[in-house]
Amino acid sequence: MATFPLQQPVPLVDQVGVEERAAKFTKRSIKNEAKAVGLKMAVSMMDLTTLEGADSKGKVTHLCRKALLPMADRYDCPPCAAVCVYPNLVAHAVSELKGTGIPVASVATGFPSGQYPLDLRIADVRDAVSFGAEEIDMVISRGRFLEGELNEVFDEIAATKEACGKAHLKVIFETGELQTYDNVRLISQIAIEAGADFIKTSTGKVSPAATLPVTLVMVETARDHFLATGKKIGVKPAGGLRTAKQALQFLVMVKETVGEDWLTPELFRFGASSLLSDVELQLAKLVDGNYQSAKYFSKG
Amino acid sequence: MSDLKFGSAFEYAPAPESTPVKLKKQYELFIDGEFRAPSGGRYFGSVNPATGKRHARIAKAEPADVDAAIQSARNAYSKVWSKMASSERGKYLFRIARIIQEKARELAILESMDGGKPIKESRDVDVPLVAAHFFYYAGWADKLDYAFPGRSPKPVGVAGQVIPWNFPLLMAAWKIAPALACGNTVVLKPAETTSVTVMHLAEIFQEAGLPDGVVNIVTGAGDTGEYLVGHDGIDKVAFTGSTSVGKKIAETVAGTGKKLTLELGGKAANIVFDDAPIEQAVEGVINGIYFNQGHVCCAGSRLLVQESIHDDFVARLERRIETLRVGDPLDKNTDIGAINSKEQLGRITSLIGSGIDEGATLHESSCPLPDSGYWCRPSFFTNVSPSHRIAREEIFGPVLSVLTFRTPAEAVSRANDTCYGLSAGIWTDKGSKIFQIADQIQAGVIWANTFNKFDPTSPFGGYLESGFGREGGMHGLMPYVQI
Repeated sequence: MATFPLQQPVPLVDQVGVEERAAKFTKRSIKNEAKAVGLKMAVSMMDLTTLEGADSKGKVTHLCRKALLPMADRYDCPPCAAVCVYPNLVAHAVSELKGTGIPVASVATGFPSGQYPLDLRIADVRDAVSFGAEEIDMVISRGRFLEGELNEVFDEIAATKEACGKAHLKVIFETGELQTYDNVRLISQIAIEAGADFIKTSTGKVSPAATLPVTLVMVETARDHFLATGKKIGVKPAGGLRTAKQALQFLVMVKETVGEDWLTPELFRFGASSLLSDVELQLAKLVDGNYQSAKYFSKG
Repeated sequence: MSDLKFGSAFEYAPAPESTPVKLKKQYELFIDGEFRAPSGGRYFGSVNPATGKRHARIAKAEPADVDAAIQSARNAYSKVWSKMASSERGKYLFRIARIIQEKARELAILESMDGGKPIKESRDVDVPLVAAHFFYYAGWADKLDYAFPGRSPKPVGVAGQVIPWNFPLLMAAWKIAPALACGNTVVLKPAETTSVTVMHLAEIFQEAGLPDGVVNIVTGAGDTGEYLVGHDGIDKVAFTGSTSVGKKIAETVAGTGKKLTLELGGKAANIVFDDAPIEQAVEGVINGIYFNQGHVCCAGSRLLVQESIHDDFVARLERRIETLRVGDPLDKNTDIGAINSKEQLGRITSLIGSGIDEGATLHESSCPLPDSGYWCRPSFFTNVSPSHRIAREEIFGPVLSVLTFRTPAEAVSRANDTCYGLSAGIWTDKGSKIFQIADQIQAGVIWANTFNKFDPTSPFGGYLESGFGREGGMHGLMPYVQI
């Protein structure tokens, strides 16, 4: 590929400094109206996800309806950004969501390990797209990245992007396996230049997943790329996000790092399966004035 | 050019700290274990800098009150404190530290009300460090023989201590804790604009059962401090404040046999090399200059940035200051609070004016400022030359001067081109460079890839006109012992 090496610089990241900065976002106090705005925003950015071996059409149906109407009307809660499933369930999800405007996202490329030959991974993508997926969440070859085969990683992302056609490509790094922030910064830049529409932290199958400092490094990469080229790339933390408080901390980080243009589902998403329940609980508390039992909210 | 928008989307709602604690209407002197009205019956106003309104009356100590305080400290020293088993002294200090922790929230709120600093800082930095200092020196009280092996250290006597307004409680802790641990007694004078929290600390001393007269607090203006440090009844002077006052104190004390430590001004260089982790360096520079409204003697007020990354770095700083939140010190989301006093705001404003007049370029945050009280937008100057006043004089406000260098040797010579030598910062991903540069910089504290980190175990103090003597750590015991 002629496009490698990278067009933009990849600055060094100091671990202590970036973790300290991330911790400062958690000190912001988000109350009252700000909390309501933030929580609704979080719901609108949520890729409601189910990625289990035991997933069934029935479960996906429930998930789709939950995404469409997360809470009773009186809470004025927006629908979720997308529903994310395995390729086998894409067609079913698409038919469930027909006419709603909510896109179906599919993991592909041999998710979650990606340890398959490239032609199979590409075929996986083409299948998901042909079933109607409008967003593809691919995984990179972490092993090849750690071996230093950056050209190969770049080319695979570019090839996947091509296979996506009109579908949006989200590139999953599995940052828990890449370990260092320098690696996260580097792979972010590689993915962006190889054609990613979104860069995404994790599969949700490896811990740690979407930590605040890792996502901060990715948001900073997207910001610097925008400032250099004018092109906006989205960021999606996924995995390990369970509480409304965490979601608000991520939104604070986005707001103060890259500005309000990124506070939209077009450019920031949460990949989560259980986060919505806690957000519902908190939203209901803001409206009704008291916390209710989690039993009062459907599990999707 | 496409740029980021830091507007009102997802605007944070006000998040004021609830204030269960109220200031008293009037604060008295603390002499011989009790609160006493000043002999002259005079009081002066203490102003809340966030409103500009007077919120308490503070006793003005007359010379007779200072005499009484020193006499009480002398009695406590010779009859009680210096004779007490050192492990017992340690117990009092531990007790004080624990009570400070218990009252942490109350003290943090008062500190922000009286001094204007954001509650985030008084809560997370000032008050925890105050407790940590008492804990740390409590531990030393019965181990002084190990700090000075074979020297059998003895206390000095009565210490006269004068502290500044930028960290009222913390500076009191830095002064009082080591003095008491070593067996000395204290007469302390807080700054005129920030006397309130130290008087609440006096209540904690009472609650801890500290013997009468071991710590005495006299409030007043510069003349009270002058009378205290010139007094024959004290054996040791410790001062933190401006270099000009420090020089006068040095003259006063010269030839009297009193021990003296001075912690004065600074104009620290924060050196950013082109191989630095850039985003973290930006944060470090921001924290270095805007922490506590820039009212920090070790503030990184001169940014020396390598020429090759200057433009990029300045652009990043410009964007970053737009996200700093200036306003109500008691709001938990406030990053920059109120300037401590009208006088200080005047000094800062005049130095900003001199920067503009001398040809430097001002970059200022566009943030709105509250209508009343004393406020200053975070700002920095580019096109600063080393001869500009803003590159040489301590501004003591949220104003940074940006200069450039080409080579490591030039960075060192620029960093040392100052009459001060309190602190410095070095930003590079290269470990060997950190040591190579740090060895050549004349400064008491040098931070690498971080800034404004304080710990009671670490000595703090200056070179040149930043003063002499060290506070903190084992070194901080030295000024309070005879060996």
